[in-house]
Amino acid sequence: MSQQQRVRIMRGREWARPVRPARREVLSALPEVERGRPPLLFVPGFGHGAWAFAEHWLSHAAGRGFPAYALSLRGHGGSEPAPEATLRAYAHDVTQVAAGLPRQAVLVGHGAGALVVRHALARYPARAAVLVAPVLGDWATLGTALRRNPGGTLPALVGGGLRLSRRQLFSRELPDAEARRYAARLGRAGRRAQWQLLTHHDPEPAVGDPPVLVLGSPDDRVVPPATLTRAARRHGGAPLLFPGMGHDLMLDARWQEPIDAILDWLEKEHP
Amino acid sequence: MSPSTDPGRPEPDATTLAPPGDARPVSDRGDTVCVIGAGASGLTAVKNLREHGFGVDCYERETGIGGAWNWRHDRSPVYASTHLISSRPFTQFPDFPMPDDWPDYPHHSQLLSYFERYADHFDLRQHIWFGTEVIRVEPVDGDRWDVTTRSTGGYGPERISRYAAVVVANGHNWSPKLPHYEGLEEFRGEIMHASSYKDPAQLRGKRVLMVGAGNTGCDIAVEAAQQASRCWHSTRRGYWYAPKYVFGRPADQVNDSLIALRVPLRVRQWLYHWTLRLTVGDLTRFGLPRPDHRVYETHPIVNSQLVYYVGHGQITPVPDVARFHAKAVELTDGREIDPELVVFATGYLPRFEFLDPRVLGDTDGSGRPRLWLNAFAPGHPTLAVAGLVQPDSGIFPLSHWQTVLFARLLALRLRRPDRAAAFAQRVAAGVGERYSGRVKDSSRHWFEVGHADYLRAVQRAMDELEEK
Repeated sequence: MSQQQRVRIMRGREWARPVRPARREVLSALPEVERGRPPLLFVPGFGHGAWAFAEHWLSHAAGRGFPAYALSLRGHGGSEPAPEATLRAYAHDVTQVAAGLPRQAVLVGHGAGALVVRHALARYPARAAVLVAPVLGDWATLGTALRRNPGGTLPALVGGGLRLSRRQLFSRELPDAEARRYAARLGRAGRRAQWQLLTHHDPEPAVGDPPVLVLGSPDDRVVPPATLTRAARRHGGAPLLFPGMGHDLMLDARWQEPIDAILDWLEKEHP
Repeated sequence: MSPSTDPGRPEPDATTLAPPGDARPVSDRGDTVCVIGAGASGLTAVKNLREHGFGVDCYERETGIGGAWNWRHDRSPVYASTHLISSRPFTQFPDFPMPDDWPDYPHHSQLLSYFERYADHFDLRQHIWFGTEVIRVEPVDGDRWDVTTRSTGGYGPERISRYAAVVVANGHNWSPKLPHYEGLEEFRGEIMHASSYKDPAQLRGKRVLMVGAGNTGCDIAVEAAQQASRCWHSTRRGYWYAPKYVFGRPADQVNDSLIALRVPLRVRQWLYHWTLRLTVGDLTRFGLPRPDHRVYETHPIVNSQLVYYVGHGQITPVPDVARFHAKAVELTDGREIDPELVVFATGYLPRFEFLDPRVLGDTDGSGRPRLWLNAFAPGHPTLAVAGLVQPDSGIFPLSHWQTVLFARLLALRLRRPDRAAAFAQRVAAGVGERYSGRVKDSSRHWFEVGHADYLRAVQRAMDELEEK
């Protein structure tokens, strides 16, 4: 994280106005034999739920010995509806689930979930963090979205829901029927949280300064490559790139490559 | 977090130095830090030191974690009904939230399970030596420390290990303070300190005199009102009895809404008095003495039920005890009452039996340490006391930030000695600083801090330390 920023000890507003609890959906896949690997917590982006990771990545990670969990942020998937949710409430959901896991967890955020993870890192000492195709809320991402999907993005700017099209999310390699099925399951993030993508404050420094990996696709139609590079540079590295894939790396046809890269990196970081 | 920095368990034979003129072998633990106690403050010290890359040996005299909050422990003051008096956001560690479906004021058993989860989550138990008590801590050359340990209860040989730094987290609510009363020896009834009160069955059907209006005293008075045949509650002065909820929210959260808006203390005191007058009303009509101070000038008493039972006549407020007779207790207003059981909820005194009192700046033998930020002793840059605070909120976030500050200081000692030296000067200059409004001066308020004032001071210390 940007270490120029100082740790904020006084959190008066957070103490005085704690986030309301909400019922949260958590899906998991556990390895058959406990191998002492850190648990992974997958955080889906706006519109997605835990199901997006349950499709392929959870069982694949479990197969390689990592206990894998995915949550649905409030208002998404099987979690409680929350139309007024804010970014802070989403980060609260992540720290709540992470602190409830048996061991110190690795947080993996996808899309806007990566921004939620960056905020959660300031309130929970993750063992490591992975930002997958991170939507960190900059103007370049908005520009790309407006260019690629004006019909879905413009309403969001005037308070409507952000709609993502399946051509933004998936490559052409994914069979059309599957792409339609996934796109039909997409929901919407809270209106206020959507606005906060552009108006939010920079996240506070991460507790314990965990290692951070950034990965994405140069052919992503949501996150421009320059944003990926910038995000990775902030954490002192370069992004891992998977050409030819769409924004939803965990659902696209070649979903196995990125998750294997993440697990390889974790094995190297925490042998 | 790589295993190469983990020195593992001390091996007595690894590197033994023989100090000149002394036959005691000392095992040198290198850069490892020693933490005394695995209660809440000790656990967060272990976790934060590990997070900053230090090896840690933690010694715990009991066989489990949780310190005062583990009711199985000899020194635990908790009783069956103990609940928190600060709500969750003020009590949880800042980076490990309590489950948000827990009640606003969790029970002590939930708190213990929270600490157990904290220890498991961050894998802290591997650094803790259970059943081992620290009997001596002595400073040696180079700002290092010789720590003498042995099995709890005095079994087995003593072992001396040399550490780069020490965090004292042995708690301050376990050594009972019993005031002296004339004639107490000849009193025929039963006498008990609140530390040995565990269960309301101990009160059932008895005539009980409760002495002391701390949070414990009020809790037990309420239980006596429910269980005992008679309950007198003796207090030295009038207090403000804060309800746990005001305006439908936990009272401390309402107060902090005002602190967040930087409302000055005087205005908050005025609002508080006004709110109490509207809701609880004038307490003197129940026979309770009028408070001789403003709210926030003594440690807050958070109890919604005491006034309720006073109003039902189940608790009789009485003034201070003048003296004891064989079968009666004489009060300062001349009345005599005849309790069968007297419970002293008169608090605790800090005790550092393993440490020369002068190390903590207690030069007059009063037992009162003189520290900066209630944690740092002048002249001993590698020593910190964690959790020696009595805030108007939960202690654990304060212990967390104390130990984070200490870990960063230790890290800077290696990288930027000039910064560490400046910090040492700050410690010497700031000894004895208070972090609260004016408080009544008694041993009860030695460690009283306002959580906002205190944490702001820690924030300033951290910013100064890390300034680029």
